[in-house]
Amino acid sequence: MAQLESSFKNMVLVLSGIALFAAGTLASVYELTKGPIEASKIAKQQNAIKEVLPPFDNLADPVRISDGAENMVVYKAYNAQKEFVGAAVESSSNNGFAGKIIVMVGFDKDGNIVNYSVLEQKETPGLGTKMVDWFKTNKANQSIIGKNPAIANLTVSKDGGEVDAITASTISSRAFLFTVRNAYQAFITNKDADVAAVNNTTKTFN
Amino acid sequence: MSKNSNLKVFLNGFINENPTFVLILGMCPTLATTSSAINGLSMGLATTFVLLGSNMVISLLKNIIPDNVRIPAYVVVIATFVSVVEMSMQAYLPALYDSLGIFIPLIVVNCIVLGRAEAFAAKNSVLKSSLDGLGMGLGFSMALTMLGTIREVLGTGKAFGFTLFPDKYGMLLFVLAPGAFIALGYLIAVMSKLKKA
Repeated sequence: MAQLESSFKNMVLVLSGIALFAAGTLASVYELTKGPIEASKIAKQQNAIKEVLPPFDNLADPVRISDGAENMVVYKAYNAQKEFVGAAVESSSNNGFAGKIIVMVGFDKDGNIVNYSVLEQKETPGLGTKMVDWFKTNKANQSIIGKNPAIANLTVSKDGGEVDAITASTISSRAFLFTVRNAYQAFITNKDADVAAVNNTTKTFN
Repeated sequence: MSKNSNLKVFLNGFINENPTFVLILGMCPTLATTSSAINGLSMGLATTFVLLGSNMVISLLKNIIPDNVRIPAYVVVIATFVSVVEMSMQAYLPALYDSLGIFIPLIVVNCIVLGRAEAFAAKNSVLKSSLDGLGMGLGFSMALTMLGTIREVLGTGKAFGFTLFPDKYGMLLFVLAPGAFIALGYLIAVMSKLKKA
């Protein structure tokens, strides 16, 4: 078959045809993958919550807080007797070395840090990226696990605090600790909110 | 004879016309995504899928696409395949999707893909175009995996995530952008020496 001649009619017909076909393909792939994409996003978040909290049975509906610059989400956790066991707080900072840092911090009911998980960060590989487990490592004054931000001064030692910054990544460390302190603020202001009211809205978490 | 020439088309992408080492095309994903071997390999395989699909479809359509609008038509076909890869990866391999990030949608403007569509698929049969796409794609994957492995071993002491020597002896430089240029330069030099020999 010889090549179609480049007349106006041919060009319009062929391009529209190809574009229509592409649109159809993409729409069907989108429909097909929409479910799994949502599911994988939720699974990632749920895993992060489980990782940073003491064992729990129910999770209250998330409470969203915005203080203008940063958004925070508080997930309160309850055991089978509907007692408050702690809360996971998703907190972020735009003061990292490169882009946004989003961290999930877990507190027990007294406000001690149980664990944390870095959900998103674009820090320098090999330097700032060490935050993923630097502040969990029990070495010198690196670890923030088990500390209570109400008692401990969670800033880097360069700023007079009690936490050793990541070597050569003071900016990333500052941003990280900022998210932790912010998360604690959100935790403290929300933990005494009406527990009974929240209990009615708890949903089963498995 | 015909079998031989098909094989030749397929093998072309590995050494003689390797997109990375010989044609020096697609440098952006090559340098940016090869911080580890597994990232390099997956970026290569994603590109291979797009190359295979677009070469096949374009060689099928080559006669009904008028000459004056061929580039937009090719770009639409390529973009469709890239979006399919992107959405599937986000759905089924979310961890990989996070680490490759922006470079998956950028396959659309990878010059290897449009280059092969224009230079090969638009002039050859469906079978040959598919083989060319597959060969080029696998050659690209091979180059990216080699580069990724070298950078991962020198930078972090790991290969495909397995520790070879402790992290602290790694040269951070190789994980960062300058290391990518250095490693790529040496690989190109070695490849052209091998080709001449």
